[in-house]
Amino acid sequence: MKYLIFVIALLFGMPQTAFAAGGSDLDLDEANIDLADKVSLRNGAKLFVDYCLNCHSAELMRYSRIGQDLGMTDEELIAELLPTNGKIGDTMEIVMQPKDAAQWFGIAPPDLSVLMRVRGEDWVYSYLRAFYRDESRPWGVNNSVFKDVAMPHALWELQGLQEAVVETHIDEDGHERETITGFKLVESGSLSPEDYDNAVRDLVNFMAYVSEPSKMQRLALGKWVLGFLFIFLILAYLLKKEYWKDIR
Amino acid sequence: MSNRLSDRILSLRDWVDARFPLTKLWEDNLTKYYAPKNFNFWYYFGSLALLVLVIQVVTGIFLTMNYKPTAETAFASVEYIMRDVNWGWLIRYLHSTGASFFFIVVYLHMFRALLYGSYRGPRELLWLIGMGLFVVLMAEAFMGYLLPWGQMSFWGAQVIISLFGAIPYIGEDLALWIRGDYVVADATLNRFFAFHVIAAPLVLIGLVVLHIVALRSVGSNNPDGIEIKKNKGPDGVPLDGIPFHPYHTVKDLVAMAVFLIIFAAVVFYAPEMGGYALEKDNFTPADPLKTPEHIAPVWYFTPFYAILRAVPDKFIGVLAMGAAIAVLFLLPWLDRSPVKSIRQRGMVFKTALTIFVVSFISLAYLGTVAATPAATLFSRIFSILYFAFFLLMPIYSRWDKTKPVPERVTSK
Repeated sequence: MKYLIFVIALLFGMPQTAFAAGGSDLDLDEANIDLADKVSLRNGAKLFVDYCLNCHSAELMRYSRIGQDLGMTDEELIAELLPTNGKIGDTMEIVMQPKDAAQWFGIAPPDLSVLMRVRGEDWVYSYLRAFYRDESRPWGVNNSVFKDVAMPHALWELQGLQEAVVETHIDEDGHERETITGFKLVESGSLSPEDYDNAVRDLVNFMAYVSEPSKMQRLALGKWVLGFLFIFLILAYLLKKEYWKDIR
Repeated sequence: MSNRLSDRILSLRDWVDARFPLTKLWEDNLTKYYAPKNFNFWYYFGSLALLVLVIQVVTGIFLTMNYKPTAETAFASVEYIMRDVNWGWLIRYLHSTGASFFFIVVYLHMFRALLYGSYRGPRELLWLIGMGLFVVLMAEAFMGYLLPWGQMSFWGAQVIISLFGAIPYIGEDLALWIRGDYVVADATLNRFFAFHVIAAPLVLIGLVVLHIVALRSVGSNNPDGIEIKKNKGPDGVPLDGIPFHPYHTVKDLVAMAVFLIIFAAVVFYAPEMGGYALEKDNFTPADPLKTPEHIAPVWYFTPFYAILRAVPDKFIGVLAMGAAIAVLFLLPWLDRSPVKSIRQRGMVFKTALTIFVVSFISLAYLGTVAATPAATLFSRIFSILYFAFFLLMPIYSRWDKTKPVPERVTSK
């Protein structure tokens, strides 16, 4: 029994410490999204269609599925999300060809269908709030989460334009290094900073939903399956006890 | 009425028995197969491995109905299963989680053999068939991992197949022959699909049948490491044996319930297993022009991958990795102890086994991280300890102080 506990502790302890060590070295802000919040998801969907879906596709996601999961009627889908002449059963494709896009941006904007499962919610939430003015870049902006990113600040008219607050310090090797400690809004957008954070949160929430539309269904079903298995375990245990009464 | 019905069923059974050994098979394998009554926790993993095999085969069949094995369509078809196929997400998560759990169960099953000397005579062939199963399972899992056609699928396969290129003279041609192209490509995906869904499972199931036939012939070992067939009652039934069915089947049913609770908890609440079962980078479609920063195989291959990386020379590294698996085949002949079970072994074997377990798990961890100088140093130390456990076994297993083997199984 002693070595049993020892082995189990080793088996389950190890990957966890490995996981803890594998974190990102960036300080990311927490997105705090809520996949059950349909108002947030619908607002996020609207923002996604208006600001992202011109350059980025989400070609594995169907409009009809969004309607179904977010409780939108076909009329609402057509009014709020579908492109002109789009059909309910279409996937979220874009007109821009990857070849042209690569020419314009230097790299074709990635499809966003499952991107959230690569980057994580906190990363995207922080990234979309970390654009700052940098005249040396082709689009006049840089990003502190994704340095020298090829993407322009698509949400510029909502956030406005911010400048980086830079702190200079000497690192271990004696070199001067600049670190970005914060941002200062120099040109205000149509949303207040607080409303902008909430808008980005809704957008991230929707993108998280798009990356795994069945997640809510999965979490809801899990309880019932585990409940069933616990009852099965009790019955199996009682059955075993009954049979094993005559074994000594 | 009911009497007549049961009579008819019995006469149907007799009709079959006259033409096919149905009752005989049932009795030989279940109701009159006598297994030791002192099985403990470690003896659940054989039947659990069978359960996982069934889960993988059944979910695999349904995945095949919607998966499209070409480089153009593979990634999107997996997401199609996750989104547009009814219950597709559940089938896919059962299959991907099942792959990881298969290895958890098989590693624990193999560890049981180490604890109680289940590989020792007369069970050498049982062990060899089991090792064959392990190797085929690794091939099955490796080829299956290419199918989602994500970045890790692609680059993992690229790295592992290129290892064959390290073999002198024939290496490059061999790697080309395996891939069917100069890099991992559509041709590779097609053939891996064929092997994953038909060739390897056929061999796997065939070996499972042989494994069970061999087990039924020699009988199960037990935590005391004694042969229950040596103590038979006047009716020819081992005194310490009980019919496999119903006693062990109901006991295994409890274990299956516990296993399924853990399995379902992962499937429904953490199907990525923190990035170990479904790696984050594998949600990016395969891109032959973009090498990921950090390529790591899935967790169940990492101990052997760490041994590979520990050796500076690529070809010798490949040989070391192969030897790490091959040496397991020799276990029945490396162990020279007069006893089988850890219960009668002395401190030397217990210490050696502990060092081996620590080495194996440490190598598994080291295989997941980037090859920093410190990681490489530790990989080398643990690789040496891994091999030392096996290669020094003929010496220390004989040298170890052992306790006498009891006549009959102990109740605790």
